[in-house]
Amino acid sequence: MEYGFTTAAYVVAAVLFILSLGGLSGQESAKRAVWYGIAAMALAVVATLIGPGYGNWGLTLIMLAIGGAIGWVVAKRVQMTEMPQLVAAMHSLVGLAAVLIGFNAQFELSRVLRARAADAAAQFEGFAAVLAHKTPAEIAMLKVEVALGIFIGAVTFTGSIVAFGKLAGKIDGKPRKLPGGHMLNAGAAALSLLAVILYCTAGAPVLWLVLITLLAFFIGYHLIMGIGGADMPVVVSMLNSYSGWAAAAIGFTLGNDLLIVVGALVGSSGAILSYIMCKAMNRNFVSVILGGFGGETGPAMEIEGEQVAIDADGVAAALNEADEIVIVPGYGMAVAQAQQSVSELTRKLRAKGKNVRFAIHPVAGRLPGHMNVLLAEAKVPYDIVLEMDEINEDFPNTDVVIVIGSNDIVNPAAQEDPNSPIAGMPVLEVWKAKQVFVSKRGQGTGYSGIENPLFYKENTRMFYGDAKKSIDQLLPMID
Amino acid sequence: MKIGALKENYEGEARVAVTPSSATHLKKLGHEVHVEAGAGVRAGFSDAAYEAAGVTVEPNAAALIGAADVVVKVRPPSEAELRQMRRGQTLISHFWPAQNADLLELAREQGVTAIAMDMVPRISRAQKMDALSSMANIAGYRAVIEAANNFGRFFTGQVTAAGKVPPAKVLVVGAGVAGLAAIGAAVSLGAQVHAFDVRPEVAEQIESMGAEFVYLDFQDQVQDGAATGGYAAPSSPEFREKQLEKFRELAPEMDIVITTALIPGRDAPKLWTADMVAAMKTGSVIVDLAAERGGNCDLTVPDERIVTENGVVVIGYTDFPSRMGAQASELYGNNIRHMLTDLTPGKDGVIVQNMEDDVIRGATVTFDGDVTWPPPPPKVAAIAAQKPREKPKELTPEERRAKEIADFRAQTRSQVTLLVGGAVAMLLVGLFAPASFLSHFIVFVLAVFVGFQVIWNVSHSLHTPLMAITNAISSIIIVGALLQIGSGGWLVVALAALSVLMAGVNIFGGFLVTRRMLAMFQKS
Repeated sequence: MEYGFTTAAYVVAAVLFILSLGGLSGQESAKRAVWYGIAAMALAVVATLIGPGYGNWGLTLIMLAIGGAIGWVVAKRVQMTEMPQLVAAMHSLVGLAAVLIGFNAQFELSRVLRARAADAAAQFEGFAAVLAHKTPAEIAMLKVEVALGIFIGAVTFTGSIVAFGKLAGKIDGKPRKLPGGHMLNAGAAALSLLAVILYCTAGAPVLWLVLITLLAFFIGYHLIMGIGGADMPVVVSMLNSYSGWAAAAIGFTLGNDLLIVVGALVGSSGAILSYIMCKAMNRNFVSVILGGFGGETGPAMEIEGEQVAIDADGVAAALNEADEIVIVPGYGMAVAQAQQSVSELTRKLRAKGKNVRFAIHPVAGRLPGHMNVLLAEAKVPYDIVLEMDEINEDFPNTDVVIVIGSNDIVNPAAQEDPNSPIAGMPVLEVWKAKQVFVSKRGQGTGYSGIENPLFYKENTRMFYGDAKKSIDQLLPMID
Repeated sequence: MKIGALKENYEGEARVAVTPSSATHLKKLGHEVHVEAGAGVRAGFSDAAYEAAGVTVEPNAAALIGAADVVVKVRPPSEAELRQMRRGQTLISHFWPAQNADLLELAREQGVTAIAMDMVPRISRAQKMDALSSMANIAGYRAVIEAANNFGRFFTGQVTAAGKVPPAKVLVVGAGVAGLAAIGAAVSLGAQVHAFDVRPEVAEQIESMGAEFVYLDFQDQVQDGAATGGYAAPSSPEFREKQLEKFRELAPEMDIVITTALIPGRDAPKLWTADMVAAMKTGSVIVDLAAERGGNCDLTVPDERIVTENGVVVIGYTDFPSRMGAQASELYGNNIRHMLTDLTPGKDGVIVQNMEDDVIRGATVTFDGDVTWPPPPPKVAAIAAQKPREKPKELTPEERRAKEIADFRAQTRSQVTLLVGGAVAMLLVGLFAPASFLSHFIVFVLAVFVGFQVIWNVSHSLHTPLMAITNAISSIIIVGALLQIGSGGWLVVALAALSVLMAGVNIFGGFLVTRRMLAMFQKS
């Protein structure tokens, strides 16, 4: 087939990809956007398959079929609450694929160079044919690209695996660093740079590539291990961005514009998402990535009073009397799988003519928009699910706020205590409501490990217990 | 235990401490309820209604006090009533221990346990028995009704065929419970309401009721109501001057002034001076809810309605709750019932005077032959400390314009810096990199740019689907693997095949999951 056809198909695919991302600006257009994405991907694959210098159809189709089947099954089975883990796990695949492709590029390059050295007018096919036309300067550039692609891909791979482990609870969520901390990372990065230079100039290229890969594996592992579980949303979107940059680097290597365009799209979108989330937490991106909360500037404010517990009867009575109700879900709701019960509660309260709304903090849960997805799964209509800025002013007029498994995002210390580690972070001002019920497993602190003065406030009552069981207890009492 | 409600013998008092409905609740606590004959008549509850609710009607006060273990009433007891009581009996009523030292001493001598409804601490748990609040609420409402009754005009603005009617302007001074209730009632009648309070933290509450908070330009000495249990404290002379100055400025504009300013344990502060009244328009109305404690207005005569020389009506009634006897009795009856609920923890008709309980301890003024007033401070702090609210700074148009220009300049500067920096970097790359790289590089830079522009518009709730879809899209790396799978030795083919496999997982998994997520979003 003509080369022109492939390029044309790539252009169409690139436009479709852009539309696909842009379509996510609204719930309705998003449904169409997915189809754009699917069509673009199909077009890209088919165009490449029937493009110039392509062979090995059989193997490709078999591999695609196997991979597709695995992906299908996993995606069908996964629980909505496990979505963050799944996304992290899938990033690792893209990272690893980038590493492998980078190595392949080097193998091919060696082969072409050997043939050139032997002065054999060998006929190359496929990718090798592209390489065969390159000038020495282009080959030097190519090597840099290969090294970059492999480095980023490898960091993405181990980083995503660690992120997956932390999100799935298989690895302890606390920040953990080897002795030496960031010096180790910096050292490994410096070594990698050295290895890249050596790879580009000295001999034995594959050896250096392996060294770069190993160093990058270490950096990815160590960097993400050092970041606390609460910051995982930022990490996942950062890794998302990395997988994009890796694809773009590979695109440069292969001289493929579609890869470059899409890689750059994914890369920049991930970067922006990380930025948006850091801003929502009032944190510096660098300090998030370097792990843990920054050093405390002084003793935290003393908290007075005690946490007062309440039982389901009390909560139900308050709900029956209230007119304006706001529910603030957090990660605890996801953990307890309580979204269906919450939805049922909402339905019952709304049927009684009460105004029930949901307040979603930008960093509630472990992924941006995590809560929205869970509530949507439980068929909570999205027009009563509001963002922080939309609802924060309404709390003083709210009769009852139910906080379900969230902690830091409703912590008044962020506004009241300048020495708090989360000082200045925008929070949902639930304490301004007439009454606040906090559904929580026990008296422990949140992911950031800091005390929450909300729990000690006069208008706060603690509704201890598993979120799902607690809400289920309430259901029959709403009349 | 036997609960007995006395008939109020204070002139004009229409309230009663137990209503037929609160009696039913009291009986559920295991108590027996008695009431003096005719106690509820002025509040609209006949003796027959009480009897229908299972209440025993006693012919006179002496019989009732003799029969009851717990005597409940509204106003503080008279000396005669107290003398009839016996050791060990409990009295629940308003008491005003700070003003009624003699009465307190008498109660102690008689060995009566006196629980003062006016001493219930102001904490959330005790709100249900806070009679001051429930009565203040009625007073606030009634104040507006009295004002409307004495005001010769509409409250609401109208444009009619017969002419235009401006809305009445109402100023509420002191935004406690009564003040807020007054604001609510006046707003719902259609008036334009302004309100003032020395506690800046109530600005929010005032605004939430639909009134406009009158800001004072005063820097220091802003009080925090939290320190005084939610009540106002006396203010400094400078602050008071500033305040009066503001009132003087407002006085000619206002049609209705409702003053509710009280400081616990003191005479009412004089806030509306004679010269302000003189400055008001003829036909204006002042309702002074602080009349009982001397009044906020200089001209207030307690229990009287007077008309000044310039035709301003000053209402100094002290019995607003009593003027709405049925409603006030209903609410007060509930307050009493809640107090008894707390006093009867076992719901078995046995009164337990738990002096460890903050609420019961706070309200009990004599117990076991001792005066227990004033109470120690409650163990739980009532209200969290508030930060003073800053007055929103109004920018003049020039300032705003200057700010806009400065913002625009800063933005331009940062953008130009970025562009110049980017251009220099591009030139450097161009100097060293081969031409074929640059053509790809341009594509790359443009794509990054498009990505940035597109993602800013993605709505927050769709960030998770966005991540899932970008994840799926990042498996475009499959194209790289496909390009390699057809060339080179077995190793290259094997690695490329593996990459295709992994990317395949990602493509199908990613898109499917995204679709699953999006399918769930639905509108109500």
